[in-house]
Amino acid sequence: MSRRPEHAGGEESTAPGGEAAFLRIEGVSKSFGNVTAVDNVSLDIARGEFFALLGPSGCGKTTLLRMLAGFENPSAGALLLDGVDLAALPPYRRPVNMMFQSYALFPHMSVAGNVAFGLRQDRVPRAEIAARVADALALVELSPLARRKPHQLSGGQRQRVALARSLVKRPKLLLLDEPLAALDKKLREQTQFELMAIQQRVGITFVIVTHDQDEAMTVADRIAVMEEGRIAQVDTPSAIYEAPRSRYVAEFIGDVNIFEGRASAVNGGDVLVEQADAPDGLAAPARADGPAAGDAVLLAVRPEKIEIAPEPLPPGTMNAMAGEVTEIAYLGSVSTYRVRLDSGRTVVSTHTNRLRDGGAAIDRGARVHLSWPVEASILLRS
Amino acid sequence: MNAKHEPKPRRQRAGRGLLRRGSVIASPYLWLLFFFLVPFVIVLKISVAEVQLAIPPYTPLFDWPEGGSLELFAVGDNYLLLIEDSLYIRAYANSLKIAAISTALALLVGFPIAYAMARAPRAWQATLVMMVILPFWTSFLIRVYAWIGILKNEGMLNGVLRWIGVIDRPLIILNTDIAVYIGIVYSYLPFMVLPLYANLVRMDRSLLEAAADLGCRPAGAFWKITVPLARPGIVAGCFLVFIPAVGEFVIPDLLGGSGTLMIGRILWTEFFSNRDWPVASAVAVILLLVLIVPIVLFQRHQQRQREADA
Amino acid sequence: MRRGLSGINLVALTLGFAFLYIPILLLIIYSFNESKLVTVWAGFSTKWYAAMVQNELLLDAAWMTLKVAFVSSSVALVLGTLAGLALARLGRFPGRTLFSGMVYAPLVMPEVITGLSMLLLFVALSWARGYWTVTIAHITFSMAYVAVVVQSRLLTMDRSLEEAAMDLGAPPVKTFFAVTLPIISPALVAGWLLAFTLSLDDLVIASFTSGPGSTTLPMKIYSQVRLGVTPEINAVSTVLVGIVATGVIAASLINKRAMVIREREAQAVVSD
Repeated sequence: MSRRPEHAGGEESTAPGGEAAFLRIEGVSKSFGNVTAVDNVSLDIARGEFFALLGPSGCGKTTLLRMLAGFENPSAGALLLDGVDLAALPPYRRPVNMMFQSYALFPHMSVAGNVAFGLRQDRVPRAEIAARVADALALVELSPLARRKPHQLSGGQRQRVALARSLVKRPKLLLLDEPLAALDKKLREQTQFELMAIQQRVGITFVIVTHDQDEAMTVADRIAVMEEGRIAQVDTPSAIYEAPRSRYVAEFIGDVNIFEGRASAVNGGDVLVEQADAPDGLAAPARADGPAAGDAVLLAVRPEKIEIAPEPLPPGTMNAMAGEVTEIAYLGSVSTYRVRLDSGRTVVSTHTNRLRDGGAAIDRGARVHLSWPVEASILLRS
Repeated sequence: MNAKHEPKPRRQRAGRGLLRRGSVIASPYLWLLFFFLVPFVIVLKISVAEVQLAIPPYTPLFDWPEGGSLELFAVGDNYLLLIEDSLYIRAYANSLKIAAISTALALLVGFPIAYAMARAPRAWQATLVMMVILPFWTSFLIRVYAWIGILKNEGMLNGVLRWIGVIDRPLIILNTDIAVYIGIVYSYLPFMVLPLYANLVRMDRSLLEAAADLGCRPAGAFWKITVPLARPGIVAGCFLVFIPAVGEFVIPDLLGGSGTLMIGRILWTEFFSNRDWPVASAVAVILLLVLIVPIVLFQRHQQRQREADA
Repeated sequence: MRRGLSGINLVALTLGFAFLYIPILLLIIYSFNESKLVTVWAGFSTKWYAAMVQNELLLDAAWMTLKVAFVSSSVALVLGTLAGLALARLGRFPGRTLFSGMVYAPLVMPEVITGLSMLLLFVALSWARGYWTVTIAHITFSMAYVAVVVQSRLLTMDRSLEEAAMDLGAPPVKTFFAVTLPIISPALVAGWLLAFTLSLDDLVIASFTSGPGSTTLPMKIYSQVRLGVTPEINAVSTVLVGIVATGVIAASLINKRAMVIREREAQAVVSD
């Protein structure tokens, strides 16, 4: 998965590797009454990909997933899976299975009964059902609990039953609706890795819906960040983080400092930006669709890319600012410094605590100087 | 009353607690003992007495003649009569049959209503529940009476059917068992619909989506998911219709024919027309024995449901 | 997600409610019929209401019924609340099984048995049958309904409210009156209304336990119905249905308004 700095357009994306898309979402919209939940979304997802739809609640990601499962019909657009139009198929005919946020385990059936349910619908021979259920339960390490009822299981165990139930039919596409939301933090992190391992083993295309950016970054090959029914950006996790294309994406994924300024000149590969807090100006790598001199621009910098030092920087340094430390949050592996600039605006800088005593001690109230390399700056259009 | 700040001696407080508990329980307990349990003992007693032309019209169980010793009069004649005269056995059997058929019909009519209510938009649901309960608040007698005008030979149903041209001779419904079925289903429908609705509305909609997702057609999902999950509601609704229907008096009396044998009616006739209090009492005792099985089953079912919910 | 109802569900609701309401509507319509025949429409008239108002026996029966219903439901409210409280809050006590059996039994007991057994008690005690015997019989069976309503409300109530009151120094009795009672008051109103309508409605038990001069309205209606259907009975029925419907709808509207006001106040607090 190579980082692809260039992108075609806002609502489109092609699957990586040049292969024809396995799942193609073409200009799909969905409205309820006069509320538009999904607005002209197009996506191509490759075979075997682990794809995440990420966004805050109400951004339309779940509606998009439910259209793939067949519980909602698109108001416009087409859904093609392996070349077959899904629109003509009711949910019970689609080669697609879903893992529900609530797990939706049938309370009156045992664990094995739940897992076998889908195979029984397809009239799979009894012996084969037994074998495949046993395999699926072994895959999620639940074989000893096959006879239990759902209410006799822990949250994590229920989650595995739901996963086994949706995998056992070997769907072409597995949809996961906030699959880990009900688990506590530690279990969730552990399960994320298990989910990736299982996906690699079964080789099924996974589409996961989540509002948890860490989860999306951990499990997914590619992420589509959604905003109010539209796709804000589709990219690999690292590209989403390091090269966000809008303020929305930059702020949704991780922490970010954003400076408003005006492009003053384009100097080779760099754009120079005038900004009041930086006496010697800011600089960022230019973009293909980059701004012309005189345009209002936003410049984003991740906190961990900002150096913090008590000593003043030599005059003429670009991307340099000075201020006073107002708060220090010690988080174990890192410390976060909140620095108030002379203009009153606050900048956040994060530092890895490599030494046990915190290294060069910077105390609260100290006057500090901030700086970052040109490559750390990200130009956004305002 | 500032017990918290100045604790009273332990024994005194315990005594007060006991007194408080006692005062809560005592009045309803004594009332029920005297006006509910004692009357049953009397019914039992009179069911083994003989009828006599006096006031009260039955022989005493104990007699203590002057100068004599205590004599006990207890006769099983009344119970023998219930066995020997096939009228009674037929009436018991017929009551159970009519109650069972009516319960099945009520389930058939009530399930679609309860299902549609549970699927209705949230905003409607309170109103729909209230619309089901509202007829229950209006007089039972009046609701049964209303059907006489509808089901009569020259009644409204026949009028409408003839006007449409479906029939040319009136259907004879009033004073038949069919009218009794209609009356019971109509009167007890809320008892069927409400427990069903309460069960169906709690059902997680995503279960049906999961079934569809796993390849199950809507009709299959209905039988494999909805119905099994609604079972507690189905059982509760059936008991709530069946138990009162067995002992029903008003509906068979007003809508049924002279041939509609139901045990509540027999008891009423024995008591008011024949003035045979001992036989009426024996009929009541046996009716209670017949009903005790479904009543106990129902109580156990409700108990299990409460435990499952808790 | 999906709004509205599918066609088949709409049909089920329409037919279901038609089945529930058409008989009552027809009853009301024909109470305004000019003709004595209740099946042939002969023009609008209120003469049956006039006849009803002049029927002294009917009015006496109605008055008797209201008196019985009011007194029996009020006493049943007190006894039923105590019984519900005992079942929900007092845990184990000697004779609890018998007690709960006696509380629940009237709910499933055939009316003919309850009526017969009460009557035989009054006869054995040589009590003159009349207003009081009917009232006592009604108290006995309707307190069970009150007890069930109160008990289920107490079981779903948040116990920590009572614990908070006691923690703040209120002794148990005071806690009950200051905290528990206000919270369960809607259940008490519902229980009283239920007892009141059950008493108003009862034919069988009243027939057994009443004496001469204490004929209730259902008994009067029943004896007339046995003689045939008359528009006058339709008129009486319409009045009864009207009173009950008004009462129930008013109660639910008041309840709904109280809820709306509470929500609005809560929102006002939040937006402040």
